[in-house]
Amino acid sequence: MSPFALLAPPEWLSQLLSDDLGLSQHAINYVVFPFIQIGAVVTGIAVWAAYATYLERKISAFMQARLGPMRVGPWGLLQPIADALKLLTKEDIRPDKADTYIFFFAPFISVAAAFIVFAVIPFGPDWGVITDVNIGLLLVLAVSSVGVLALILAGWSSNSKYALLGGLRSSAQMVSYEVSMGLALIGALMFARTLSLSGIVLAQGHDSVWYVFYQPLGLVIFLISGIAENNRAPFDLPEAESELVAGFHTEYSGMRWSLFFMAEYAAMVVVSAVATAVYLGGWYLPFVNRIDTAGYHGLYVFVCLLIFLAKMAVLLYLYFWFRWTFPRYRYDQLMDLGWKWMIPASLLNITLTAIAVFVVQALDGWHGLRTMYSMRGGVDLTPAGTWIMIAFGILSVFLALAVLSAINWRTRDFNLKKQRRQIRLVSPPKGAPAVAPAAASE
Amino acid sequence: MHQVEVATTRETLLENPEMVLNMGPQHPSTHGVLRVVLKLDGETVIDLDCDIGYLHRGMEKIAENRLYPMIAPYWDRLDYIAAVSNGLVWVETVEQMMGLVVPPRAHYIRTVLTELNRIASHLLWLATHGLDIGSFTVLLWALREREEILKIFERQFGARLTCHAWRIGGMPNDAYEGFTQDVTQFVNNFPKRLEEYEALLSENRIWLGRTVGIGVISAADAIDIGLSGPALRGSGVAYDVRKSRPYAAYADLDFDVPVGENGDTYDRYLVRLEEMRQSRRIIMQALKQMPDGAVNAKVPKVIKPPAGDYYHSIEGPKGEIGCYLVADGSSRPARVRVRPPCLINLQALRQMCIGHLVADVVAIIGTLDIVLGEIDR
Repeated sequence: MSPFALLAPPEWLSQLLSDDLGLSQHAINYVVFPFIQIGAVVTGIAVWAAYATYLERKISAFMQARLGPMRVGPWGLLQPIADALKLLTKEDIRPDKADTYIFFFAPFISVAAAFIVFAVIPFGPDWGVITDVNIGLLLVLAVSSVGVLALILAGWSSNSKYALLGGLRSSAQMVSYEVSMGLALIGALMFARTLSLSGIVLAQGHDSVWYVFYQPLGLVIFLISGIAENNRAPFDLPEAESELVAGFHTEYSGMRWSLFFMAEYAAMVVVSAVATAVYLGGWYLPFVNRIDTAGYHGLYVFVCLLIFLAKMAVLLYLYFWFRWTFPRYRYDQLMDLGWKWMIPASLLNITLTAIAVFVVQALDGWHGLRTMYSMRGGVDLTPAGTWIMIAFGILSVFLALAVLSAINWRTRDFNLKKQRRQIRLVSPPKGAPAVAPAAASE
Repeated sequence: MHQVEVATTRETLLENPEMVLNMGPQHPSTHGVLRVVLKLDGETVIDLDCDIGYLHRGMEKIAENRLYPMIAPYWDRLDYIAAVSNGLVWVETVEQMMGLVVPPRAHYIRTVLTELNRIASHLLWLATHGLDIGSFTVLLWALREREEILKIFERQFGARLTCHAWRIGGMPNDAYEGFTQDVTQFVNNFPKRLEEYEALLSENRIWLGRTVGIGVISAADAIDIGLSGPALRGSGVAYDVRKSRPYAAYADLDFDVPVGENGDTYDRYLVRLEEMRQSRRIIMQALKQMPDGAVNAKVPKVIKPPAGDYYHSIEGPKGEIGCYLVADGSSRPARVRVRPPCLINLQALRQMCIGHLVADVVAIIGTLDIVLGEIDR
């Protein structure tokens, strides 16, 4: 690993750049290669954002017994390009009396916040990550919360009441779900011993277990909070089209409007990528490292990239699936879910994980049972310890459910199914038929 | 109607915590061109006013200048979702005033088609209500089934939406060849589809949260306001014109009236779903019992009801749709008055909405199942 957290390029690229272009090793490591990586990631995400709309439309069509886009290109494959062209050539309308500068800048803040995070996402080992900062996870949480700012500013500066309501909702929503999102990650950090995202993935490789097995509750909380944080259905209140027309981006048009969408799809990728890295073992898949031990390191990194993207794609499909299945939450119900379920659940997760770690530690040496190798800088478990920890993880889901139910059982919304009243079928007696008065008089 | 006080321009948002929000007439969820002026405290509705009339076409006045048979197509444009039911109330009013005896076969065909129209209207309601609450998939699933009904209408009447379905004295023509098969096929497939919608919504936590206890109206209030149709039955009042004053062939058919208990959005949802099942039951019976014979009464060349006034109403999909007809013995009516179920149901909106959130206003407008063509006339 190179200093300054910038990862060195693969050998062949480094050689190509230094021999043919005459660049110094220093320039390649710190300037040229990072820019290549940034270019690749930004292009990839932009293309993804465009094609995610296509995928979303195709997947929804598949769920709704229709075809989706079919006209532009084969199977409508060129539809995103046509859409992008249309949006680029549209008039950029600014409402009268809007706060001009804020109105113009808000979309850029939202896109920037979504894209900056990709600097630390470990798509693969080695050169598969742009920069491996040792506080990567904190950076992700911090920068993605800047995205809220864009929504509030857009809502406020539009000088529209619908946009304002959308902005208000998004600020409340994103702030409250960020808490549970951050807290949910802490459980995983107890095992990972680092905040670097690459480090977390490597730690899972070292422990040879995905943290979803230690932290099933954590993953669930993280995913739900992530969907809420991204304003995706069923939590898409800031842009609830049936109530607020389009929420905070009601007054936006053309490219600025599409920037918000790009940010939304990019933020979806961020949450799925973090979930993949922290819980689903990042680029690891059993037996794949044999490629590396066989000596094909370049191929190994490339396969790792693909594995990471595939795991992410599964999570992204979940996003689409949820959106087209569930109705939308109401604002207060969303807050209920956030504060009465998600945050207590994440706090419980921390507590239960801590207890589990303590118990596993205490069990070490009991009747000759070896549960851990060391506690230095974190928990390093033996296979026996791993199994105990997994059992605790599964147990904690049920425990948390029990505790949460105990907290919430008095609330109105707790058991709506029980409140459900069946309708009655009655057969009132039939009245005299409506007959013609003239006919009756005859 | 109640008038919302609108803050003057001098009062800024900071000085005045209340915000006045204009919902509509161009809004995705006001089901047309309804304008709702909401006074909000945060997101809570503290006052509300409906502004209607954006679709006013003066139909009742137009009717005074038209011959009796010429008025019928205007009725299709009242509640354009349920053109077949609307047309029926007009022709039955004129028929009964003139004392025409409509042949039983015409009555049975009318029953089958109006019940199909009820299912179509309820499906569209389910679709848009689902969309209002954010469930997009229900929209397309429900429209798929509605399409089957519209195909039957197209074959029978030559039009899908504004089908000029009936003639005074009977039907323009007999049921088309293959009518029974088409309807039977639809009726056989329908329960499976209904179960799919129920699987998606009825037990869904979010759907329950959005509908249980929302827009509650008590039976007494519902009667006071004059609600009718599923909005009234959801509150537990078993009033159905098909039962209390049977028209067409309903006197011979056996069906139940679903009633709710609590008068909330969820009860109205269940009532409408059950009504679709009962409609299916009615259609199956009517097809089985359908008599042969003519479909037209002996109708004079010029239709001139005797002087006098007459009120007749039927159970439309939205509620009791009535026609009050004043005739002066000429070939044109002196006055026609529609009893519009949607307009009267809409009067409950304020009472239902106050204290709820903006999102609930949308759900409540959806549960009232309004059509602006009929409200504004």
